[in-house]
Amino acid sequence: MAYAASPSAHADHGHHHPTGWRRWVYSTNHKDIGTMYIVLSIFSALIGGGMSWMIRLELAEPGIQFIQDAQFYNVMVTAHGLLMVFFVVMPGLIGGFGNWFVPLMIGAPDMAFPRMNNVSFWLLAAALCLLVTAGLTGTGPGTGWTFYPPLSNSTFHSGPAVDFGILSLHLAGASSILGAINFITTILNMRTPGMTMHRMPLFVWSMLITAFLLLLAVPVLAGALTMLLTDRNFGTSFFAPEGGGDPVLWQHLFWFFGHPEVYIMIIPAFGIISQVVSTFSKKPVFGYLGMAYAMVSIGFIGFVVWAHHMYTVGLDVNTRAYFVLATMIIAVPTGIKIFSWLATMWGGSIEFKTPMLFATGFIALFVVGGVTGVVLANAGLDVQLQDTYYVIAHFHYVLSVAAVFALTTGFYYWIGKMSGRQYPETLGKIHFWLTFVGVNVLFFPQHFLGVAGMPRRIPDYPDAFAGWNMVSSIGALIVALGTLLFLFIIWRTLAAGRVAEANPWGVGATTLEWSVPSPAPFHTHEDLPRVSAQPAE
Amino acid sequence: MVTTEIKKHPWHMVEPSPWPFTGTVAGLLLAIGGVWFMHEGQPWVLLAGFAVLFATFFGWWRDVVREAERDHAHTPPVQHGLRMGMVLFIASEVMFFFAFFWAYFNASIPALSFAASPTWPPEGVVPLETWELPFLNTLILLTSGATVTYAHHAILAGERAKAFHGTLLTAVLGFLFLGFQAYEYGHAAFGIEDGIYSSTFYLATGFHGFHVFVGACFLAVCALRIRSGHFTPTQHVGFEAAAWYWHFVDVVWLFLFTCVYWWGSYGFKG
Repeated sequence: MAYAASPSAHADHGHHHPTGWRRWVYSTNHKDIGTMYIVLSIFSALIGGGMSWMIRLELAEPGIQFIQDAQFYNVMVTAHGLLMVFFVVMPGLIGGFGNWFVPLMIGAPDMAFPRMNNVSFWLLAAALCLLVTAGLTGTGPGTGWTFYPPLSNSTFHSGPAVDFGILSLHLAGASSILGAINFITTILNMRTPGMTMHRMPLFVWSMLITAFLLLLAVPVLAGALTMLLTDRNFGTSFFAPEGGGDPVLWQHLFWFFGHPEVYIMIIPAFGIISQVVSTFSKKPVFGYLGMAYAMVSIGFIGFVVWAHHMYTVGLDVNTRAYFVLATMIIAVPTGIKIFSWLATMWGGSIEFKTPMLFATGFIALFVVGGVTGVVLANAGLDVQLQDTYYVIAHFHYVLSVAAVFALTTGFYYWIGKMSGRQYPETLGKIHFWLTFVGVNVLFFPQHFLGVAGMPRRIPDYPDAFAGWNMVSSIGALIVALGTLLFLFIIWRTLAAGRVAEANPWGVGATTLEWSVPSPAPFHTHEDLPRVSAQPAE
Repeated sequence: MVTTEIKKHPWHMVEPSPWPFTGTVAGLLLAIGGVWFMHEGQPWVLLAGFAVLFATFFGWWRDVVREAERDHAHTPPVQHGLRMGMVLFIASEVMFFFAFFWAYFNASIPALSFAASPTWPPEGVVPLETWELPFLNTLILLTSGATVTYAHHAILAGERAKAFHGTLLTAVLGFLFLGFQAYEYGHAAFGIEDGIYSSTFYLATGFHGFHVFVGACFLAVCALRIRSGHFTPTQHVGFEAAAWYWHFVDVVWLFLFTCVYWWGSYGFKG
């Protein structure tokens, strides 16, 4: 052993295994906390997905279908965005899979700060309660997830709803910052002997980079939210022109957080896809170092492109030229990742089990969302496309499709390890095809609507946009069927799935989580594993 | 269930704990009570939130100290992780202040924003005198940076009395700084509702003052722990965290003094 045993004659407290409600509420176990995050993520996905379903029902045909109050429609849009970003994708990818598999993959017995890990989860649960409270207070916050003033100030949202929304994000932000500190410390400090940085699985790399983005971006949002709160309640004028303030300042601060935030949502997805593509191609990832440092580059550049969300607010031309260039540069490391995934598959012995189907679906659709991103990066074009459905289509391809595909990929890949039960393969494949067809029918026509000029965040639209909106809503119906099937698959897996082996995937699955039994025991790696070399080396 | 086997790794497997959940309850009470209070309601729920929050802080950190002192759970690798965690936390705090400095420069430098004031301070604002109380506070904080370093060296040398006095003096200087800040706020020519100058001034210096308060309390607790003999030359992570936090607060003040007080009143035509 590289380390002497603890000098205390004290019994090992790590074996304390509480039961009942205390096991969850008082938890200091990364697996239980990860499980709670995944449950919260699925729960929020059903609410947030229900809201998008209402949006698609309203937009299926021109005219008002059932939403009489446009403010209610705005609240649906706002809550859908906030739920999906802060309570579905982040808890699922980072809190869920990150918590479950980072310690397992680096050979650590738990996270660096197990107790703080638990407060990260519960603060997020409290934030979710506050967000629901916001939606039910008065007429709710109809600001969109970006909370732009003046719409979000006390003149246009005088009730407590927006204040609840702000405080919800404050708690979610505290949760994220503490979680980020935990992940960085765990990964930098607790790797098992022999697990050098350049031997870490790419999923661990992705979590490390994501945690740094969270650590440096979320506090800026906290500052901005605090200013909005004092503008609304204590008479400051940060964003109020009548007091010498600047509404555009909010957009700068928000997007200085918000752009890293979109990479916070997709980099963990990159990590999962790398593990899965490698496993089912039965080959190590092509260009491992390039893959790791491509994510590092994306993280760095992600901090200096925020104003591409603000091309139409009156920035001078030099500023816009810089942001166009910086934004387009991101396509380079992203391209490295896409081609390296393809090169990983090249010549591999590919097995299209459900996780691999979703992973290849991810790659294809992330490219679609990526190229529309390159289009939108151009300030000149963006003047036309800003706030149209083209933007909606772009970010739903990279979020609602790519990030959610990565969540689903992770679920099918690891559910056997987490629960000890394997999912039904045929149903999983049907789920993939339903979802894959559904999301494309749902989102691809929105490009056409956007180029034709259909604005976002409206409950009604001119007759000219009727056709593609109907197609889009039919796509939403297909996705909804896929979601119902997914819920059935979860139930079927947990109730009657066949018992999973320690490693159900064979020779391609080389990371440490496949070396422990399934379901993974309450405590793992109490005898620290020794890592000598990657199979690739 | 307790087993008798020896732990085979250096890491700290923390016992299940109620404090994360009570802390979350505190957060909910603070949020709901805060909204109620801000919308012309009673402050009781807000105050209950603070009460639960302080109870949580007390219980949580009491447990951390026990784990260090009684269980010897903080092996050298665990101490390394704790230090790393503190550095990362301070990094996140730096980014929080970054937002307020951004707001300040956005309002005061026309090159950064079309909405910036053409003169700074804006027309009609009477700023504070840079070289009176603000400069005295600068000297106080710089001195406190020296006294906390004195205490750190004393801990490393195992001289408990010197460490205690140095740490206590640092905390006292911190509270002295806060007293002068309170006096200054009370005598300023502008209130928080007087436009963008006072918005940026009070939020930036106010959050700094809050951090001074937290840092001084942290140091005061460290002083008590020194008196109880908690810190040894090889194990004093709690003190190091307090000292680093204090230096961070000090550096933020130097930026505030330079940018907000000095440069910020330079253009005043009184």
